[in-house]
Amino acid sequence: MKEIRISLPISTEEIRALHPNDKVLLSGIVYTARDEAHKRMLALLKHGEKLPFDIGKTALFYCGPSPAAEGRVCGAIGPTTSSRMDPYTREMLKAGLKVMIGKGERAVETQQDIKAAGGLYLLAIGGISAVLSQSIVSCETFLWPDLGAEAVYKMELRDFPCYVGIV
Amino acid sequence: MRKISSEQIQQAVYQAITEVSYHCDPKVTEALQQALEGESNELAQDVLSSILENHRISPESMIPLCQDTGSTVVLAEIGAGVQILGQSLPEAINAAVRQAQHDCPLRASTVSEPLFERKNTGDNTPAIIHVEYVAGERIRLLIAQKGGGAENMSFMKMLSPAIGTDGIIDFVCEGILAAGSRPCPPLILGVGIGSNFEGAPLLAKKALFEPLGRAHPDAKYHQMERQITERINTLGCGVQGFRGNCTVLATHILHTPCHIASLPVAVNLQCHAHRHCEVII
Repeated sequence: MKEIRISLPISTEEIRALHPNDKVLLSGIVYTARDEAHKRMLALLKHGEKLPFDIGKTALFYCGPSPAAEGRVCGAIGPTTSSRMDPYTREMLKAGLKVMIGKGERAVETQQDIKAAGGLYLLAIGGISAVLSQSIVSCETFLWPDLGAEAVYKMELRDFPCYVGIV
Repeated sequence: MRKISSEQIQQAVYQAITEVSYHCDPKVTEALQQALEGESNELAQDVLSSILENHRISPESMIPLCQDTGSTVVLAEIGAGVQILGQSLPEAINAAVRQAQHDCPLRASTVSEPLFERKNTGDNTPAIIHVEYVAGERIRLLIAQKGGGAENMSFMKMLSPAIGTDGIIDFVCEGILAAGSRPCPPLILGVGIGSNFEGAPLLAKKALFEPLGRAHPDAKYHQMERQITERINTLGCGVQGFRGNCTVLATHILHTPCHIASLPVAVNLQCHAHRHCEVII
């Protein structure tokens, strides 16, 4: 099927040109964040502090990778259920978030928030970790290593396959 | 009395975990291949092809099938004529879980306390273990690496016996349709009917270990399984929510006696990365 190549940071015009169900090959720097990382990021924002990366120029990938075996770039990579992040998403969008990668449906109000903010929700496929790992150029723990799999990892993607969920 | 050392159990569980983390149930691969052949939706075809490619690449590249490498679940049947020497059964299983997490490596996905601290145990222990005593002189272990996404969408209810077959089918189908793409369809459904409040979910879990697509020995239950699968595949969200006609690969029902006032029904969901095996010692 037709594939659209996109690199981060992505412009408003590029987002607008996408349609639900389009297949996208995504490249660029993304940061992983699951439940605990979201809690901590929101706590930072609440205290008036800045996030340690430019959230508007990257994507949040709802993912907790498995550890890399020795000599490997990364372990198993894949999306977790995005709806668990719905309670945090409105605040993240207010902080400038545009692009999210995860799996599954979002709450109705989160769908509206994403659209209103001119955001993009990309669906990655769950349970194809060996395939997705081929699109990872680098993966390093970036923030809160005490969280283990739930830490924030900085990842460089190259032609990472996903599909447009909400735009 | 047959003596079995805890080291032997530990070794067998270790091998099972490391094997299933990279090798999907071949019957699931076969069912996905058939689903691909019968699928007309382009998006669903694309996703099914990626899943099948993952089954090929994972063992070669030694990258686990899914990043949620799962919690270890063990359903153990211990023969009455077996004596375990050395460590206890849970100690042997947990030693294997720890070793497999470290060696593969697998993702540490267990927190020691569910609400306040949620601190990761760092080695995937403790495993979830259920023990049953049976006749004979062998140990049978059903072992699964169970992901959180599908487990989170599982459900049970104490239904009224008056609800009957149609009521149960409605209950199961409505729950699966509401789950949408969150549990990572195509799914395998384990349905437990009977027992009581804690018994039905365990039966549902056990049903996931039935050989995929086996014919239920009781024609009435077999028909229910088919009705559930067919209805969900007609109405469901399809592969990963991309529509098409494959939300469920198979439904397995197990049933058991229950109280005259009760009709407990539990549904345990399994994602397409069905990582399980049987070990007999």
